[in-house]
Amino acid sequence: MMAFTRNFHGKRRAEADPARVPPGQYVTPGFPVLSAGPTPKVVAGDWTFTVRGAATSPVTWTWEAMRALPAESITVDIHCVTKWSKLDTSWTGVSLDILLDSVETRAGYAVAFSEGGYTTNLPMADLTGGKAWLVHEFGGAPLEPEHGGPVRLLVPHLYFWKSAKWVRGLELREQNEPGFWERYGYHDYGDPWREQRYAGD
Amino acid sequence: MAGTALRGRLTWQQATVTGLVAETSNTRSIVFDLPDWPGHRAGQHVDVRLTAEDGYQAERSYSIASAPEDPHVVLTVERLDDGEVSPYLVDELRIGDEVELRGPVGGHFVWESTCDSPVLLVAGGSGVVPFRSMLRHHAAAGSTVPMRLLYSARSRETLIYADEFTRLGGRGGIDIRVTLTRENPGTWPGERGRIDRDFLTRTGLPPAEEPLVYVCGPTAFVETVANTLVDLGHGPGRIRTERFGGTGTP
Repeated sequence: MMAFTRNFHGKRRAEADPARVPPGQYVTPGFPVLSAGPTPKVVAGDWTFTVRGAATSPVTWTWEAMRALPAESITVDIHCVTKWSKLDTSWTGVSLDILLDSVETRAGYAVAFSEGGYTTNLPMADLTGGKAWLVHEFGGAPLEPEHGGPVRLLVPHLYFWKSAKWVRGLELREQNEPGFWERYGYHDYGDPWREQRYAGD
Repeated sequence: MAGTALRGRLTWQQATVTGLVAETSNTRSIVFDLPDWPGHRAGQHVDVRLTAEDGYQAERSYSIASAPEDPHVVLTVERLDDGEVSPYLVDELRIGDEVELRGPVGGHFVWESTCDSPVLLVAGGSGVVPFRSMLRHHAAAGSTVPMRLLYSARSRETLIYADEFTRLGGRGGIDIRVTLTRENPGTWPGERGRIDRDFLTRTGLPPAEEPLVYVCGPTAFVETVANTLVDLGHGPGRIRTERFGGTGTP
């Protein structure tokens, strides 16, 4: 049942390709900042990334070790659960395939954890296969602290709260466990094309 | 999935406008009648969905301005000049109109009257909306914990809830400090200037009292205030932030 809103016409954005904008989203040229607390101060030289948890001994990369890995540039559309989408964002970083290649695990899930205590859960299948990166540049410049710098996760096929800012590692798990927003009623998986915003969607 | 309880599932509801209050020239409060509202916590928000006659839809999120104890759900919306939904809600919507509404949403930027920590609320512009819910909740629940609001607005004309805040201030631990950043000298007897380090030191709650701190406003405001609070010694884990209004700069 469609209920119309009297005299609402909308402000169609002709420049946006509707095939690239998931339902309920609008395209913005800006880059909104959303986070649950203050921006942590993380110095790149002090940053580390640790993969730990189920069926592996912890592996840690320093900033220098991560930067020594092959980097790639990615141009993707990103979609925030708060309704904005940003098209053709360009990032530089390391594919998680490269990092996870050196980790022996049969874990099906991971919880990304961040400086400041933020967490978000993802199936391992969504972190591998060319779908996820650790990125340190946005638009050709070092990633700004308010956007998650020095390093954030980039998982563009899911709502952007899954792309953890200030990421410090992955906790591998055999069982799925909700992260920060997932415990506050947001969807466990978060596919923008299926509008998986809140629990039960 | 068949047989799975839809516990917690948020469905779209038809909300009927039963009241409109012009708060300022570009901000108004909308009172909704909802047949099946599950209740909310102070600080939560809702999704609003508008549908054009050809089926085109636009959705946005808005903070709830009413307290959990209030009989109706109220949203206070600021018109963004290049916006798609807010100009409709502020300029076009009439009593008796219906929009679709879904919620409540969010569980982090909330305050419960059962919490016994002192509370510091810091608002920039329309970022004050969720705090109005918290202040009303504090008063309605008879809480006695200190709750201090620092509220920065451009001028007297852009202040929202001014009369209500005058009534609430000084009651049951509530303390409201308004500062105007662009008011002419001599016309405003209260605080003037930005909420900066000096202002927070002078008028905020000391870190030693371990207040819960909520900061809401435009991105640059929230970023500056939250960083300054951390510098002043407030634990980052006790500072909750929410960014408001527009979608930032490219």
